[in-house]
Amino acid sequence: MKALLKYREIWLAAAIVVLIALISTRFPAFADPGNLRQVFNDTSILMILALGQMVVILTRSIDLSMASNLCFTGMMVAMLNAAHPAIPIPVLIVTALAVGLVLGAINGLLVWRLNIPSIVVTLGTLTIYRGATFVLSGGAWVNADKMSPEFIGFQRAAFLGIPVLSWIAILVIALFFILMTRTALGRSIYAIGVNPTASVYTGIDVGRTKFIVFCISGMIGGLAGYLWISRYVIASVEVANGYELNIIAACVIGGISIAGGIGSVGGAVLGALFLGIISNALPVINISPFWQMAISGSAIILAVVLNARGERQQGRIILRKVEAA
Amino acid sequence: MTDIPAPRHIPDRLDKPLSSAIFSWEALLVVVAVAIFAINSFASPYFLDPYSLSDLTFNFTEKGLIAFAMALLIISGEIDLSVAAIIALASTMMGMAVQAGAGTPALVAIGIVVGLGCGAFNGLLVTRLGLPSIVVTIGTMSLFRGIAFIILGDQAYKGYPESFAFFGQGYVWWVVSFELVLFLIAAVVYWFLLHRTSFGRRVFAIGNNPVAAQFSGVRVGRIKFILFCLTGLMSGIASVLITSRLGSTRPSIAQGYELEVITMVVLGGVSILGGAGSIVGVVLAAFIMGLVTFGLGLLNVPGIVMSIFIGLLLIIVIALPIVWRRLRGGR
Repeated sequence: MKALLKYREIWLAAAIVVLIALISTRFPAFADPGNLRQVFNDTSILMILALGQMVVILTRSIDLSMASNLCFTGMMVAMLNAAHPAIPIPVLIVTALAVGLVLGAINGLLVWRLNIPSIVVTLGTLTIYRGATFVLSGGAWVNADKMSPEFIGFQRAAFLGIPVLSWIAILVIALFFILMTRTALGRSIYAIGVNPTASVYTGIDVGRTKFIVFCISGMIGGLAGYLWISRYVIASVEVANGYELNIIAACVIGGISIAGGIGSVGGAVLGALFLGIISNALPVINISPFWQMAISGSAIILAVVLNARGERQQGRIILRKVEAA
Repeated sequence: MTDIPAPRHIPDRLDKPLSSAIFSWEALLVVVAVAIFAINSFASPYFLDPYSLSDLTFNFTEKGLIAFAMALLIISGEIDLSVAAIIALASTMMGMAVQAGAGTPALVAIGIVVGLGCGAFNGLLVTRLGLPSIVVTIGTMSLFRGIAFIILGDQAYKGYPESFAFFGQGYVWWVVSFELVLFLIAAVVYWFLLHRTSFGRRVFAIGNNPVAAQFSGVRVGRIKFILFCLTGLMSGIASVLITSRLGSTRPSIAQGYELEVITMVVLGGVSILGGAGSIVGVVLAAFIMGLVTFGLGLLNVPGIVMSIFIGLLLIIVIALPIVWRRLRGGR
């Protein structure tokens, strides 16, 4: 029991249970399994994105361009669908993954080959990718009536009583769990975050691993692009504007250290769920949605304050130079 | 000179030969600025006009004011993502004061005090609790703008007094705007603070090695707290200028400014890893960003496409010296 309490995830899970209990005192139907399934579904995209961001943050990097990548890829598949409704959805999803991968690889190459800090690279590509969305679409929107019914319906289709979107999230969570706990790549990612210099001496190619990590976050951004557009059925340049910071916030609440090396798949998922529950519960219990930003901001600060003790020994200078090979 | 380039921090500058001064970051920025200026004047007949050049300055003065304080903060190894949210909150408070019938001096005071207070709040969280600033300020960013949203909802505050319009719209002398004068004064003040005082040397020392700085008697926590207060203060001043220029307050005011300010600072040659940078670079970067956005605006390029150019400029200018070094055979 004592050993269990050491895990941040247990505390976070407990906080989520308490949060749901508190909400259900005001609105009993919130804790209903059907509604919780709905909340999970609503949070799926944020969970997927947070997992992609997690692997980047674990290597002491950051990907600020994820939301712009999402916007660009989403616009691209929406336009493809509008122009050629016959293209099957699996092909579109593969396209989204590929486009996202390319955008992520650009970030990764700049970080790997030119050694530019990731925060600078992705700050640049954040504006470039969103601008490119405008160039691609000419500023026009793709509306629901231009999208094919399959495009919109795919993720809403129920499989074993749960929407496909939730299944995709579960699949992504499982893949990331295997990646982080059962593969050499996962171990290298943690090693780089904990001590980049030592990783070099143990034979890990730090630059190449970072490149792979950005490819992963790019692919996740692309996947989320399709999911986002088909869920909210509108593709515009404004899609997910500023969302990159929500993704990072979910990671931070989930106990992923921005200094790298600390964090888990469970933490990222729970962090995203925590934010998702807050945004789902506010309208239900009659709090104006205008409070949402202030509440999630306070939650972030509170989470960091609680996490601070665990991180203190690790050295918390976030932008510290990584001594690459 | 060996193949390994000397780090670009200030104490080294004294020993540098003349050639390295000519090929310095600032020189590169000057070349970029002149090139963009020339392209602009060829591209549009309306560019070389005193009034249009004066308009140009409004593109960077407000963000540039914050960029000076942000440069010091980033040199010290911290960052503040909440600056735009501070602008929103300060502007909301000014709006509330206007509804209560406050005059211009009171409005300016409120803007500055709210900005300073927000900066102090960030500074306390970072220094007292030892939290990473990037995370703290993501939190306070939501918090400050969230409060603005709670107070304003989907409303807008209007009805600022006529004398208040001077700060964002007024001219001090012919076509020289008040904002530009303030920007230039701030540039000199921050240049002096960073490059000519012991405070500035300590900021560099903290950025290069906080532990070593602590052991050499630098009060790291206190200096970082002051730097957060300065960033808040500059955001408060910027809030007065923007609110005055727009004549209204919406909760979405200044959205996305934080990333533009950081882009300006990084483009100015300040190392995002801390420990290196100069105010001259930031001033030049501010001019460059103003020139790019204004020039593209004259050519009717939409704002979102301008951001492509700013992003490309950021990456190319940062990558250029690295590629150059590689090409010359150094690694």
